[in-house]
Amino acid sequence: MSSTAHSVVEPSVTSKRVAATIVVAYAVITMIPLVWIVLTSFKSPPDSISYPPKIVFQPTLEGYCNLFTTRTRQTPEYIISLGAPTSTCDEITRSRNMVIAGPSNYWPRFQNSLVIAFGSTFLAVSLGTLAAYGFSRFKVPLAEDLLFFILSTRMMPPIAVAIPIYLMYRQLGLSDTALGMILLYTAVNVSLAVWLLKGFIDEIPREYEEAAMIDGYTRMQAFFKVVLPQATTGIAATAIFCLIFAWNEYAFAVLLTSGAAQTAPPFIPTIIGEGGQDWPAVAAGTTIFVVPILVFTILLRKQLLRGITFGAVRK
Amino acid sequence: MTARIRNRTGQFFRMRRFKTQVKSVTDTSSTILGEAVARATPAPIASRIRGLSDRSMAWLFITPAIALLLAVNIFPLIWAIYLSFTNFRANRPNAALESVGLSNYSRVLNDPNIWQAMQTTAHFVFWTILLQTLIGFSLAYLIDRKFRGHAFWTTIILVPMMLSPAVVGNFWRFLYQPQIGLFNHIVSFLTGIPPSSFEMLGSVRLSPWAIIIVDTWMWTPYVMLICLAGLRSIPDYIYEAAEVDRASLWRQFWSITLPMALPFIMLAVLFRGIENFKMFDMVTLLTGGGPGSTTEVASITLKREAFESWRTGRASAFAIILFVAVFGLANIYVKALNKVKQR
Repeated sequence: MSSTAHSVVEPSVTSKRVAATIVVAYAVITMIPLVWIVLTSFKSPPDSISYPPKIVFQPTLEGYCNLFTTRTRQTPEYIISLGAPTSTCDEITRSRNMVIAGPSNYWPRFQNSLVIAFGSTFLAVSLGTLAAYGFSRFKVPLAEDLLFFILSTRMMPPIAVAIPIYLMYRQLGLSDTALGMILLYTAVNVSLAVWLLKGFIDEIPREYEEAAMIDGYTRMQAFFKVVLPQATTGIAATAIFCLIFAWNEYAFAVLLTSGAAQTAPPFIPTIIGEGGQDWPAVAAGTTIFVVPILVFTILLRKQLLRGITFGAVRK
Repeated sequence: MTARIRNRTGQFFRMRRFKTQVKSVTDTSSTILGEAVARATPAPIASRIRGLSDRSMAWLFITPAIALLLAVNIFPLIWAIYLSFTNFRANRPNAALESVGLSNYSRVLNDPNIWQAMQTTAHFVFWTILLQTLIGFSLAYLIDRKFRGHAFWTTIILVPMMLSPAVVGNFWRFLYQPQIGLFNHIVSFLTGIPPSSFEMLGSVRLSPWAIIIVDTWMWTPYVMLICLAGLRSIPDYIYEAAEVDRASLWRQFWSITLPMALPFIMLAVLFRGIENFKMFDMVTLLTGGGPGSTTEVASITLKREAFESWRTGRASAFAIILFVAVFGLANIYVKALNKVKQR
């Protein structure tokens, strides 16, 4: 197996084949639950709960229709009196002897998720970039202690943080508001943003700004016109990490929001149909919620390692 | 593509406060020179030339982030410490507030339910970390064989860890259904046990494992990714030297691969340990702590105390104890990690 012409550290063909087989097998197994979510979202409710589970089935959009609407049961005579169905969803709903009563709460919850995730990401990255630049370029007294303090805020169990936040927000009128959630997620994400961005800014040679400042730029101009453009990749990667955290967060959301500002994660598990959980609708809600993250994962794959270790490990 | 733990990790590892004698190495000679010039210039002229002094400039950059953390993290923490010495109940905000001294703490520490929850948490943390490290490291080792298409398959493997533990954990409830769930049918297909003969979430014996399986499914990629960085940080020439010395592959693994990847493995274990100690969302959605309290991890007990029994004072005491425990354990662990790194 050894003593061939190629480099001694290059793995042999056999070992590569064995490795490839095992890794591909693992990857396929790990995707089964996700594939099942997508499949279930296209099943009809009876198909979704059949015994044994159906792999081949007639795909339908019923799950997606049920996700976005609320429905009421009606008599067949009444349904006929309504005339021709106006949409695919209308048709599917009527075939179950029901009519669409109105929109469900999914879309408002999804919008809350968007507003809160993007709002908090914007704030966290802005504050984080400033602080990271400060830590990277100036001699800050007790810098290490401050950086550690920033990180340690991430170690608290979310429920422990939620108790006083709950009381504080009740006093300030911030409970169940998008602003309250944005501030909270910003605070959680700022620690990640500072640590990651400090790493990225450390990598930009400070000679660039110094040259700019010699040319008459002020420190602020140098920061905005020289450092920020250089740090774009780092800022984008950090922003995506913050976005994913805020998007996926559940513990704070379920404790601090109940209606107006509720995000999608606490809402999706509460989707129920007639006689229990409406699994196709839950699966549809999950699919729509998860797809943006899949896209981001692919965009981020090169920076992933750095993000998940707070910048401690870099490639 | 060499991955390495840079000196900034040093800051992270050197978590001990007040002991850092090493001066920050971030400033280069030019700023030192600049400072010297600034110091030599009379103050009014200096400020006219440079605008703000570097120190006030630094605070200008750092203060907004610190202020937010103080308002949203530290102020509430201090409030929680204060509440932990009182009999406050959040559902009776107008009742007279009494100081109860340390009795909340002694009650928490003498409560068998809380010790039960700590034990459940420890069981969960131990098994998830063990499984994730074993599978994650093995996968990383295999991916490091650099077969064709390894980058693509690595990205596929990474997907679960990016998803919402709550939303995806919720869906696992469906996969675990005894009659209709896919999980039971796959187990039945592989072993011949009838699919409706066992309940992953409903049984006292199996439910802790149901959670461990989902957590392992979700977070093995995380450990794998960090281990992969560790393996890629080992320079080729070390293996070449070993090959020259005719060290067997087995020997190379134990004397080179494992020791050199160990700091990375330990880092992954640290992050996973902290995260799983705090575990809340996935367990809440899978079992809600049940059946009975078999899967009631510390965060769920805390949530029940704080938001169902409304014993805010006692819950605060428990929260502080948990925080101190994570912080203390992490510190001890980091010291061990530093020792390994210095070897």
